Amino acid sequence: MDRTLQSQDRYFLPRQSFQSLIDQLALQGFSCVGPTMWDGAIIFDRLDTVSQLPQGVSDRQAPGYYRLESGGDSRWFSWANGPQALKPYLFPSREVLWEGTVDENGGLSFKERLTEPEPLAVLGVRACDLAALAIHDAHFLKGPSPDAHYARRREQLFIVAVDCSHPASTCFCVSTGDGPAATRGYDIALAELDEGFIIDAGSDRGKLILDQLPLSEVNEEQLDQTRSELDAAIAGQTRALPEGPLNRILFDNLDHPRWDDVAQRCLACGNCTSVCPTCFCASENEVPSLDGLSSEHSREWSSCFTQGHSYISGHAIRPDTRTRYRQWLTHKLGSWIDQYGRSGCVGCGRCIAWCPVGIDLTEEVGAICRESGDE
Amino acid sequence: MSNAALTHGGHISPHSPSLKSRMPMVAEVIDRIQESDKIFTLRLSLHNPEQRQEYRFTPGQFNMLYLHGVGEVAISIASDPDEPHILAHTIKMIGRVTKAMDRLIVGSQIGLRGPFGQSWPLIQAEGGDILVVTGGIGCAPTVGVINYVLMRRHRYGKLTIIQGVKHADDLIWRERYDYWRTFPNTQVLVAADHGGPLWPFRVGPVTEVFDDAGIAPDDTTVMMCGPEGMMIAGTKDLLERGVPEQRIYLSMERNMQCAVGHCGHCQFGAQFLCRQGPIFQYPDVKPLLGIKGF
Repeated sequence: MDRTLQSQDRYFLPRQSFQSLIDQLALQGFSCVGPTMWDGAIIFDRLDTVSQLPQGVSDRQAPGYYRLESGGDSRWFSWANGPQALKPYLFPSREVLWEGTVDENGGLSFKERLTEPEPLAVLGVRACDLAALAIHDAHFLKGPSPDAHYARRREQLFIVAVDCSHPASTCFCVSTGDGPAATRGYDIALAELDEGFIIDAGSDRGKLILDQLPLSEVNEEQLDQTRSELDAAIAGQTRALPEGPLNRILFDNLDHPRWDDVAQRCLACGNCTSVCPTCFCASENEVPSLDGLSSEHSREWSSCFTQGHSYISGHAIRPDTRTRYRQWLTHKLGSWIDQYGRSGCVGCGRCIAWCPVGIDLTEEVGAICRESGDE
Repeated sequence: MSNAALTHGGHISPHSPSLKSRMPMVAEVIDRIQESDKIFTLRLSLHNPEQRQEYRFTPGQFNMLYLHGVGEVAISIASDPDEPHILAHTIKMIGRVTKAMDRLIVGSQIGLRGPFGQSWPLIQAEGGDILVVTGGIGCAPTVGVINYVLMRRHRYGKLTIIQGVKHADDLIWRERYDYWRTFPNTQVLVAADHGGPLWPFRVGPVTEVFDDAGIAPDDTTVMMCGPEGMMIAGTKDLLERGVPEQRIYLSMERNMQCAVGHCGHCQFGAQFLCRQGPIFQYPDVKPLLGIKGF
């Protein structure tokens, strides 16, 4: 059952006591990361005190547009999302997997380069990010070859989610079924009110932290307030993915003229795949030392928008932007369903806001569905 | 103060045995055969006796071979699965890694991860005829199949090997074709798009050779490997001859980086070639086969 409708096991944490949550996490051995303002955007960074939180700040997002502005209240979470999700904390943009060394006789040896990640608590995780995390868990951990690097970081991750009461114009998590309230996959979840937070635990670890906080009973008025804010957040979303079996519709329309149209606008820069919380493509690269004796084998985020992504035997399977955009969209919204039982899109809208030319995937897929008579 | 109960999420233990290392094993070049100007075969042996003992593969699977300081490349295993201590890989110099691998000599050490992927349906095909259709370097991944069948000749019906090449000069292993012909109930047919002086075989597309093959459509398992254009034409022709879709297997090739289904490069629609492939039953790849961009 939706936790936002229940009052049992939900408590009230006054705003002036919020620091105690950060302190408790630190006391229990976690490095704490949370939303901070940097270079005009909200990004996750080390969080020691509430004074680092973006107080009274809201974000305005539109296709190709992201600006912070005064939010008109003194809350800390009156914004939708920044360019990052949890992705960089579990699947870093570059990491060394192993290292090869040659001795003077040409003898080769290998050394594992597994990190020992510290316990990490991320505060301010959105419902869309939790949905993306569940997708990456399925991708990196549930297959026949679980990834040790991801597993170690995942093991150490503690999640403090915050319901999203201020979706941006680019958000459409309602249509993907992933938000705006955090409903699963967190250790602690918060709903922000002017005077403080409604708080509940989603795991035994979360309960242990809650036990240490100065909590009081939550009252009906406070619950009503969060419910109506969530209702407004739901009603306020203007974008949506089209209904219908998008895997079938997209693959039935591989020759649709819209692919040519979007290829005229798309720069194939890969911004969308960088900010997408579910894009998992990575290339494996070799970085030899100057003396050539050792060489680091790393994996780095890569993008299906690059020429190298589809390189094989001297040519590229996807030589142009049309085939690359089509690959991205048909995978994200189509074949992903066949692979993981759900769409690869969680409705966070980042690819829309951070696209330098403002391409909107809901618009693109909508056009294909409309013009093919599937909507 | 760190609380172990708190900082341990319990999702998947980082020390779980299922978290196998992605690190390569050390392999030594024990033999190197120059097949043509640009094609060579490396016979490899794993350096560590325990790893050598444990290593098993089935024909059609591939390894990731690693050249120090240069990188990895996916190469199918061409040798016999019953001799898994010797792993033959036939390599064509095309890209950065394969060109650098040309410098390897007997005694050189390289890295090896594997085996990965699905294999040819050699168990299911027992009792029936086998038709191997290859083109270009496509012959390399099927050499393992051919040798496998020849070594176990009584388990299979007629073996037909059809090799198509662009130009007569591209045909490697000419002696091997002659040798294979000496086996009972084994037919070897070769065609080149462009012949040359003294070219004794057919000139024309590989599909024309099907006429000479006497294919029994209900009793033949087809294993095909080569350029996609050739496989598409070959499949179309065989379907017209009445071979059921499910009896046609194709070996596909895409960019490979991780080989464990994580890096995303080898995706073909919903399929990860490194995991669900590289050998596919035709119906599994049919919808996107031949569509440019997939």
